[in-house]
Amino acid sequence: MAIEPGSERRAHQWMEEEYSRERERDVPFETLSGHPVAPLYTADDLSGHDAERDESFPGSFPYTRGVYPSMYRGRLWTMRQFAGFGTVEETNERFRYLLDHGQTGLSTAFDMPTLMGLDSDHARSLGEVGVEGVALDTVDDMETLFDGISLDEVTVSMTINAPAAILLAFYVVAAEEKGIAPEKLGGTIQTDILKEYIAQKEWCFPIEPAMRLVTDMVEWCAQEMPRWHPISISGYHIREAGSTAQQELAFTLKDGLTYVERAVERGLDVDDFAPRLSFFFNAHIDFFEEIAKYRAARRIWARELRDTFGAKNPKSMLMRTHTQTAGVSLTAQQPLVNIVRTTIEALAGVLGGTQSLHTNSFDEALALPTEEAVRIALRTQQVIAHESGVTNTVDPLGGSYFVEKLTDEMEAAAYDYFARIDELGGMVAAIESNFPQREIADAAFEHQAALEKEERIMVGVNAFRVDDDELTEIHRPDPAAESRQKERLAETMARRDDAAAEAALAALERAAAEDRNLMPLLVDCARARVSEGEMVAAMQRVFGTYTETPVY
Amino acid sequence: MSERKIRVVVAKPGLDGHDRGAKIIARALRDAGMEVIYTGLHQTPEQIAATVIQEDADAVGLSILSGAHMTLVPKIVDMLREQGAEDVLVTVGGTIPADDIPELKRLGVAEVFTPGAPTDDIVEFLRSGVGAAA
Repeated sequence: MAIEPGSERRAHQWMEEEYSRERERDVPFETLSGHPVAPLYTADDLSGHDAERDESFPGSFPYTRGVYPSMYRGRLWTMRQFAGFGTVEETNERFRYLLDHGQTGLSTAFDMPTLMGLDSDHARSLGEVGVEGVALDTVDDMETLFDGISLDEVTVSMTINAPAAILLAFYVVAAEEKGIAPEKLGGTIQTDILKEYIAQKEWCFPIEPAMRLVTDMVEWCAQEMPRWHPISISGYHIREAGSTAQQELAFTLKDGLTYVERAVERGLDVDDFAPRLSFFFNAHIDFFEEIAKYRAARRIWARELRDTFGAKNPKSMLMRTHTQTAGVSLTAQQPLVNIVRTTIEALAGVLGGTQSLHTNSFDEALALPTEEAVRIALRTQQVIAHESGVTNTVDPLGGSYFVEKLTDEMEAAAYDYFARIDELGGMVAAIESNFPQREIADAAFEHQAALEKEERIMVGVNAFRVDDDELTEIHRPDPAAESRQKERLAETMARRDDAAAEAALAALERAAAEDRNLMPLLVDCARARVSEGEMVAAMQRVFGTYTETPVY
Repeated sequence: MSERKIRVVVAKPGLDGHDRGAKIIARALRDAGMEVIYTGLHQTPEQIAATVIQEDADAVGLSILSGAHMTLVPKIVDMLREQGAEDVLVTVGGTIPADDIPELKRLGVAEVFTPGAPTDDIVEFLRSGVGAAA
């Protein structure tokens, strides 16, 4: 059928005379986030769209088509599997395994006590040490974690937020003791505390002092660690908490803009730190919606940095992202099917132009992954990279009527949320009034209701079920890890110079009450073998703690 | 017949912040006409037992996605028993490996709901379970 694009009349005619005579299946034609999708997109849908302005070229403002001119023809994305469990010795072994199998960067998962700023011997850590990630208490643990790995060659990502400044201090001192200066270290630390209050819920301090610590890190890294990314502004957890793609996009970018605002208020030049900000998005199962989300994200970031913050350096405007496939899309039922879901999601991340990618393992709705499951997840990326052919050309979906339209709509949805957040007084005030939390809880509930009413199909969960679909082999946390980690901590404590540790800790507590950058004091504490829990407790004596009022 | 509403504490023991499931359940139980008390995050076993007793709850739903269920659930069950609240129906939800479920039930957990469990099933279970215990 030959319908010329560009003719509104013809498209209308096709709709009236051809399409409407057909029968549609009785399902909602909308994205996973509930955004309506038309039967067909033509040039007419892009009447307000200006390809030169809105798409441009890869590596050119506003970076819709990708942040680098050559994209994957020049360099593939970094295959970066998130790993961590048990003690630092075991995770070090897993890191080496992944590097041996062709992984090109490291990404560290910490256990819950580490994320909450508690030492492994704290009463509240009981049962959680080394279970959901690796346990880490002191700089000695950091040294063992990366033992035998060249920190000046491999880039390392650390998923830690509330105590990020402490873990960065550990990392810097661990490298220093191996003779590597901070300016040689390349990597990323998550540090995105706003999304913790919104979604991930691992915190140590109230919002304002937590924001001060983030800004301290941004400032310190701008001076001391030119290769380091001090914040990875993360939508991943917002999405995992049940948000829509539009909410993920809007809240994440607004968080990012808030960090920029704070650093500029501190007196930093935007071009001195913005090139080191990076992003982390979810890759959920709705293929085109996800691709549109990444494209819109790059465009919004570029425009805001240039037009709102007056950035001059193009590197300040281009949004680099890490992507992880959606844990929340995986099912405990018929878990091998998760390999298929992850493949689709990973492909969305790649066609969306990501700089690095984690693919989830098929057993992750049940437990941390086994080694075999991790290998298949990594192989999924390798098949996309080396067999599928999608890397041969840059942004193969650019110019698709549907993708461009969806990208424009995604951008508009984000600006709608920005306006609502601004009305509430900005992101911190919005979080304090539970706005993003409530939006996410509503979206999560609506999604669950749609599944239960079978308006949405989840294969193996509410359709196509089988009995007896449980996996037999899953990763079991090592119950002895907790006692081994407590011993490691006790050994460090016994070896250290207590007077030096106490002096460093007292200096930190004093500085917390003053208007000073805390990073140098945290580095001093790390050198003196002060533990993470001790540093957090000292700062809590000044800053206080945080309790949320939950909304549901 | 004026029936007392079923009172349910939805609790998040441990340090994990994954509250999507707990909030969905809390809302579904509330929509089903129950009195729901959601504890919020990062609760110790002591705090949860105290809430259950203070709220005179008929049931408690423990949502755990941190892998710490075999440490935390027995503690909570023991504390409820010690404080004379052994008639409170205890359910667990989250990423619980199938192998752990028999042991949790032996300890006194009435039911374990794993990912994909419909909220209607949970509502029904609580209605019949609390009814049977009363």
